Order: sequence, then structure tokens, then C-alpha cells
Amino acid sequence: MSRLTIRQRQVVWAYIFLLVPMTFFMLIRIIPTLSAFNISLHDWNPLAADQTFVGLENYRQLGEDLLNPRSVTHKAFVNTFKYVLIGMPIQLVSALAIALLLNEITRMSTLFRAVFFIPFVTSTVAIAWVWRWLYQPQYGFFNVMLSFFGLAQQPFLKSPNQALYSITAVVVWQGLGFAIIIFLAGLKQVPETFYEAAKIDGANRWQSFWRITLPLLNTTLVYLAVLQTISFLRMFDYVINMTSQGDGGPLASTTTVTLRVYREAFSSFDMGYASALTVVLFAIILVITIVQLKFLSRDY
Amino acid sequence: MHMFSKRMFVVVSLFLLGALLVACGGTQEAAAPEVVEVTRVVEVEPKIVEVTRIVEGESVVEQVEVTREVEVVVPAESEITTIEYWQYFFDPRVDAMNRLIQQFEAENPDVRVIHNSDVPYADYRDKIAASAPAGVGPDVATLFYGWVPAWVDAGYLIPLPQDEFPPEMIAEQFSPMVQNSQFEGEYWALPTAVRTLALFWNKDLFAEAGLDPETPPTNLDELAEMAQALTQYDDAGNILIEGFPVGVPGQAHHWFREVLVRQFGGQPYSDDNRTVMYNSPEGCEAFKYMLAFETEYNTGSNDLFEDATQAFLQGKSAMHIDGSFRVGTIAKNAPDLNYGVVELPVGNGVQSTFGSYWTHGITRKAAEDPAVLDASIRFLKFITSPEAGTTWVNKVGELPAQLEAASNEDLLNDPILGAFSAGLPYAHATFFVDESAQRQFIVDAYDSVRLAGADPCEALDEAAALEQELLDEFWANHN
Repeated sequence: MSRLTIRQRQVVWAYIFLLVPMTFFMLIRIIPTLSAFNISLHDWNPLAADQTFVGLENYRQLGEDLLNPRSVTHKAFVNTFKYVLIGMPIQLVSALAIALLLNEITRMSTLFRAVFFIPFVTSTVAIAWVWRWLYQPQYGFFNVMLSFFGLAQQPFLKSPNQALYSITAVVVWQGLGFAIIIFLAGLKQVPETFYEAAKIDGANRWQSFWRITLPLLNTTLVYLAVLQTISFLRMFDYVINMTSQGDGGPLASTTTVTLRVYREAFSSFDMGYASALTVVLFAIILVITIVQLKFLSRDY
Repeated sequence: MHMFSKRMFVVVSLFLLGALLVACGGTQEAAAPEVVEVTRVVEVEPKIVEVTRIVEGESVVEQVEVTREVEVVVPAESEITTIEYWQYFFDPRVDAMNRLIQQFEAENPDVRVIHNSDVPYADYRDKIAASAPAGVGPDVATLFYGWVPAWVDAGYLIPLPQDEFPPEMIAEQFSPMVQNSQFEGEYWALPTAVRTLALFWNKDLFAEAGLDPETPPTNLDELAEMAQALTQYDDAGNILIEGFPVGVPGQAHHWFREVLVRQFGGQPYSDDNRTVMYNSPEGCEAFKYMLAFETEYNTGSNDLFEDATQAFLQGKSAMHIDGSFRVGTIAKNAPDLNYGVVELPVGNGVQSTFGSYWTHGITRKAAEDPAVLDASIRFLKFITSPEAGTTWVNKVGELPAQLEAASNEDLLNDPILGAFSAGLPYAHATFFVDESAQRQFIVDAYDSVRLAGADPCEALDEAAALEQELLDEFWANHN
């Protein structure tokens, strides 16, 4: 090593240290991911001693199910996209609005931030069950309130038309705190002098928001959009805890792709089909992430 | 491996008893020695041994000084075969099995059983699925009878050796529903206990509604009438007390398939289990009967009070269809509930109930080692004996699978368990290929009528079509 320059030596040491986390990630992330690709090419029953290679049969079956609007797999994909398309924008817009307000106040700002952040650090399972009770027909908090104000009671989680939105609301609410904190950090990066200059030039608050705040928050927005999209695409824990027997019902109206993966793999023991689902989900997440990074990041 | 015969063991016990008596230093040397069951002897230091024996069902370990040279032939550690037994976590079952294992080990000192019951019900299959590829897991596993075909298809279970478990013996001694579990001409598993469905009723709520608390409904018309009489509403029309909520995801999907369809003159499946037949006109009438409680009479819903089972436990519903295993839950979680159990209501003169059981199979892993296989066979024989069934019924509330123990007079006359035992002769167990998927089809059919306004017969046709697809796929791989 003595022949290396100091710089080269530093690099070598950096790689040696990186080897530890890399090995770890190889073992718990990369290898299992690759083995999922392998499993998806088999008729794979975890209880069996030998697994039959079936080529792309699982993908053919998956394609067939995706085209059949009555299949649960089809519903799972549609629901998953609904969660993303409804949940992600609502979460970003409301988090940004709250962050802007929190950025304005100085008194008790820590308290308010804590209030918004607490749900994020609370266990999802606990939150899911508490909300499940809040949503209860007849005697749940919301229905008692509705009755109190003379309004009609709602079935919420028990209705195929309302359940998905009821669950989305909880996810948005729980994730809000995290998005707010990231937005607040982004807002702190915007130099005060920009606003002062804009003010001198006669810009109103609305104009400074559109022309200064939003463009300079772009990196933050892209980061959050990508992150939230991925987390909505992988949604599992809320649905399994908030639906009766974790079945993603009623009538498969709340089921997600990951819940299908779990059911296929561990209830029906069809690990091959489940792996094909994860591979497709992986591809979707990859494409969406690339597209978001490409089109949402802009230089100003 | 050296096998340790029981006769030899008794002789050894006598020798050792001699040692024990001498250790007491008494004058009883002349007294007739009685047989003491010793499961384990370990030499701690010269002249001191640690003896494990069973006293009144409890395992007792004591150190004994050996005052006289005796020949002690108990299995050395190296001669002990260890087998692993798995079941899901359910308090009374774990207790009962611990007890059985203790008795088994006392009779079979060369076998030690590791009891894994730490897995919750919901994760049980996940755990099995994770253990199998790793080459670990149970030698003897408890599984729902409806999972047998799938586990057999995967090659996870081995057929029960016919010389050890003769089919004629099973046919003669076990409950009829067990005999129907033959698959591909073999038996793959045997249960300790079986369960049937019956009607639970809350006596206090009957009295509150002005009905005789000792007269539950006996036929389908009475069930519908009483359900309506028992339901209480507030001014806004909210249900305060449910007369009869139908818990389809719980046990009511079984009630529909194996009871109502038959009572309305239909048949749930063809005799060879290959064709779905519950979507016949008779089946649809049965389906409409079940739906009417929620959609027409408004006597309750599985959506209220968490679900139909919870509603009954909380005293919020007056009638509930459930299995004998619920008796244990009630004793534990709602000990003050004033309830009775009666056979399921008769419909059009037909009496039926759904029978099911958790059964025990020997795995591929056990078959890899002859000693483990031998020990597993002995263990399976032990836990499926009539005596084991009696231990089980007392602790768990499930009925002995062996007719000898199930036809016990005390059991038939038991005010709670009697209704379940009475159902044994006419119980039907559905042949499942994917139990959770098949349940979901019925749940979805029911939900699509009550939540999405579908036509009952069409919803049932849809469920039947989906289930038929599943059955076809399964049978395509079998003769």
C-alpha cells in the first residue's frame, strides 16, 4: 500500500469500510430480490421439496388476470394506483400548506410541529386499529358525531365505495408530519434576501410564493413525491389491519398489490405467482421513480 | 438406534425403586414393590443420581443416593430421539398438548418432544412455509383438515403407514367425518378431536324479549321469528341488541354450504367433490334465507360490534352459530355470560351441521430419519388415542375424534357440549382445496348482495364459477 498516494489510500480504505454495509445489503436486499426473479419462473410451493420450472407461465397468468376486471389481482392494481393518485397529491398539498403556516409562526411553533409529527412516530398497527374503531358503524366516534349533528351515519370501512378513501385519509394523516418537517427544512433554505428583493420590486405574497418559494422547493417536492409514491405503492399494513380479517375487503375494494403478494404466497402457497407480482411491482416503482426524477426535477 | 421396550423398562423401574426404598433407609425392603415410572436417570456424581419420574401427572425431578449397586438401564442421552411438534398458539390447546406430551414421555422414555406453539394462528402457515425450505420445522404438525390436500400436493406430509394405522381401524373407531378425509387412497393425518357447529343463545336476552330463556329455536322458521323478536333498536333505528347477526366470514359460510343448502333440498358439491352445486335454485333459496336476516329483517350484521362472535361475547347478540371451540373462549373472556347451546335448527325436516377438525400429520422431514419416524408414529398414535381425546375435551372443549370417547354418556348429557356431540353423526366436512379462497368466494357473494345490491342468485353463480375454476385447477393435477 505504500506505493499508493494518500488520496488512493483513502479511497481504498473507504471501500473497505463500505464493504460491511454492502455485504449486508447484498445479503438482505439484492440477493433476495434476485431470487424473487428466479422464483417467479417456477411453480413454487414453499412446502414442496422440488420446484418446477415453468418459464413465464406466472407472468402469462398475471397478464390474463390484469386484463380481467373481475379478478382480485386486477382490483389490487387499480386500488394501488388509486391510493397513489389520491393520497400522494393530497398529502403533499396539505403538508406544504401546513408547513407554510408553521413557518410563519414563532410562538409555540415547536408544540405545533410536535403535534403534527407524533402520528408519524406512532406504530402503524396501533393507528390502524384506533382508526378502525373511530370508523365503527353506529358507535364509532365519527358516526356518533354525525348523529349528534343530525347527519346520516356512514358505513366508512364497511362500504365498498368509502373504504378506500377512509383508509387513504388515515395514511395521509399519519404521513403528514414527516412531509411537513421536510418542507420546513426546505423553506429554511430559501434566502430571506430573495423575498426582500421581490418585495422591493412590488411582488405580492402570492407572486413570491409562485416565483420564489415553489421553484426553490422543487428538490424537496420531487424527493417527497418520489418517497410518498413508493410508500403508497407498497401499502400493506393499514389495509391488513383495517379490514375484516385482513382480507382487503369489502369486495376487494381496499386490497393492494402487496396484500395480494402476501395472500398468494402464504395462504395459497403460490410463491411463483406472488414473486411475479413483486417483480411487476418492482418494475412499476422503478419506472415511476425514473419518470418523476426526470420530469419533476427542473433547473431554475 | 437401540429401541427400548416397555417390558424391559418396568424391570428397570423395579430395580430403581429398590434403590429409592433403600435410599429412604426404611425397613420396607420386604414390601411388595410397586411400579414407579421413571423417565430419566442422570448420574450427578458417584452414588448420586438425578431421577425424573411422573407423580400425579406432574414431572418431578429428585436426587437420590444409590446405597446399593443396581443395574439401571434407562436410555442414555445419546439414545434419546428428539422430535419436534408444532401447533398454533391457543391457550387451552397448548395446555392440553403439554399434558399429553408429559404422559407420552413418561410412557416413552426414549423420546423427547419439543413443543412449538409460539406461533399465532394468523402466522402459522407463514411459519411452516418459511421452515420447510430451510429443512427445519416440525416432524409432527397440526393442520386444519382443509389444508391436507394442499400439503399433500406439496409432498409435505407422508401417508400414514398402513401397518401402524390400518384404514379399517380408522373407519371403525374414528368419527365419520375423519373417514372422509382419505385423499388419493391414503390417510395423511389423524385428529385428536373434532368440532361441530351449534346454536348459542343468550338466556338473559331471551328473557328480556319476553321469550322463554330455556326454549331456543328448533327450526328455521322459529330462528327467523325469534331473531326478529329479540332485536332491539333505538329511536334512530340503530341496533342495540342483535337478534341474530350472520357472521359469514366466521362460521356462517359453513352453515350455508353444509347445512342450509342441504335443508333447502340442494347439495353443496358433487359426491366426488369436483363440481360446485350450491348455486342450484335450492341453493339460492338457502342463500336468500341467510341474507334475509340482514337485508330484510335487520336482525344484525357482522359489521356491528366488531363481528358476530364479539357481539355474542359482549352480550350484544342473542343468537350465534359457532363451533365447540368457542366454549373455551367464552369461559375465558366472558365467564358470566348466561348462555345455552342447542343443535342447529332443523330445516324442512333435515338435520345437518358442519364438522371440522385440526388434525396431525407426519412430515417429510420426519421420514428422513427412521428413528424420528418411529418416534413420530408412536407420538401420533398416542395423541390420537381415545384417552388423549378425553384429556382434550376437558381442556379445550373439542369432542374426542374416537367414537369410543365421544359416545361417552357424560359428554352427551353435558348441557353445553351435548349439542355438539349430538351433531357428530350427521356432520359434514367440506372438502377444501384452498380453504381461505373458498371462504372468500362466499363472503364476496354475500357482500355483493348486501353492499352492492347484486342479485342473490347471480352473486352465487359468480362465486360458484370462481370456485369451480379453483377446483378444476386442483383436479387437473389429480386422477
